[in-house]
Amino acid sequence: MSKSREVMLDPLFNNNPISLQVLGICSALAVTTKLETSVVMSLAVIAVMVGSNVSVSLLRNHIPPSIRIIVQLTIIASLVIITDQVLKAYLFDISKQLSVFVGLIITNCIVMGRAEAFAMQNGPKMSFYDGLGNGFGYSIVLLFVGFFRELFGSGKLFGMPVLASVNEGGWYVPNGLMVLAPGAFFLIGVFIWINRAWKPDQVEAE
Amino acid sequence: MQYSSKYIIGFAAALCLVCAICVAGLAVALKPQQELNKVLDRKEKVLQVAGLLDEGAKKPAAEIQALFEANIRSQFIDLETGARLDDAQLKERGIDPGNFDPRKYLSENGVDVEKNPAGVPEIPPVAEVYEVMRGESVSAIILPVHGKGLWSTMYGYVALADDGNTVKGLTFYEHGETPGLGGEIDNPLWKSLWPGRKIYGADGEPEIMVIKGQAGPPDVAPYEVDGLSGATITARGVGYLLQFWMGEKGFKPFIENFRKGGAS
Repeated sequence: MSKSREVMLDPLFNNNPISLQVLGICSALAVTTKLETSVVMSLAVIAVMVGSNVSVSLLRNHIPPSIRIIVQLTIIASLVIITDQVLKAYLFDISKQLSVFVGLIITNCIVMGRAEAFAMQNGPKMSFYDGLGNGFGYSIVLLFVGFFRELFGSGKLFGMPVLASVNEGGWYVPNGLMVLAPGAFFLIGVFIWINRAWKPDQVEAE
Repeated sequence: MQYSSKYIIGFAAALCLVCAICVAGLAVALKPQQELNKVLDRKEKVLQVAGLLDEGAKKPAAEIQALFEANIRSQFIDLETGARLDDAQLKERGIDPGNFDPRKYLSENGVDVEKNPAGVPEIPPVAEVYEVMRGESVSAIILPVHGKGLWSTMYGYVALADDGNTVKGLTFYEHGETPGLGGEIDNPLWKSLWPGRKIYGADGEPEIMVIKGQAGPPDVAPYEVDGLSGATITARGVGYLLQFWMGEKGFKPFIENFRKGGAS
């Protein structure tokens, strides 16, 4: 396997930012009640992560170490504001549902973690793949959680009825737990469980 | 490698400059589109609060525009006297009815009011209200309201039936309350508690309030609405802002005129 493929595919299941590194949980709980918001949030995070990784990597030999964290933060914050503004202009409805959570990408540890741990040491091309890979790793969990929360929580997918719920004259009683944040916790737990059953080396030593 | 202080400061300044230019440039470039979205969103909210548009129903912009023009009439009023203003009077006051931005108008022409629980520091001399038309007559009026929640000023609309007393709906189009707690003022379930409640008590003063716990159906508790757990201050803010805007300093003169004169 080539290095770039490894860098890109590793964060999906081998080194997933949410399920193994347990970063970015907050937004994974908040925006996953619907699949639609999960998808948009995933795209936003991928865009910010790729952008920040590439810019930090390009600047890595010029950034004075004493102010590197604040430099990374400035770059990430600018990218997040740009993403937020674009969403507000072209995806107004969804940006309203995502409310503060797009802005809070700034505090998503995954983005800064990758900038500091990877982009500061590697070239722009590798950092691009790393950003993409970690973005996908984050997205995969978000989509997994969003899929089940919307399906069981409201009987819908992308807002389209799949299981006819009782409120609309069907048979399915929506599971209220799935709509609330704890539902997402259980689902992330299930994801980690499946992930570790498949790749037992991720289980921490007793 | 050792960096000199000069280099560090220079680097930081250059980075800030580049980032600031990117962010500011984009914000300015996207502003018109964002404003368009906001105006459309406000129209959508007006239609929703009037019960003419289902919540969550996604309609194309043109359809919302058409529905709005067919059913809703915009009306400018003098807040103090409650009198309707015609185009000539508006012109006198320097208002262009086709391009009225309530918030900008308020910040430029606001009149200070005494401290009130709703946290409204100043009121506009002129307000734009909406009338829901059924044929030639007005079937409901929609009034813009705002007031302080926990973190933010909440902006919304309240729709009153043609008796000028019964709530037909309440909705907020902009606020910054905590999602999941205060943000639940957007929850359709909570908003569905409002229709049927009454604003004014027997003495003609606004009585409506959000209480702690459950209030029961409108015929049992006409002046009370369930609070939101975990969002006491936000929910109380909603009650206070309604009391303020339905009161003497708010739309009460207009509502009284409306009740006397009916439509037209």
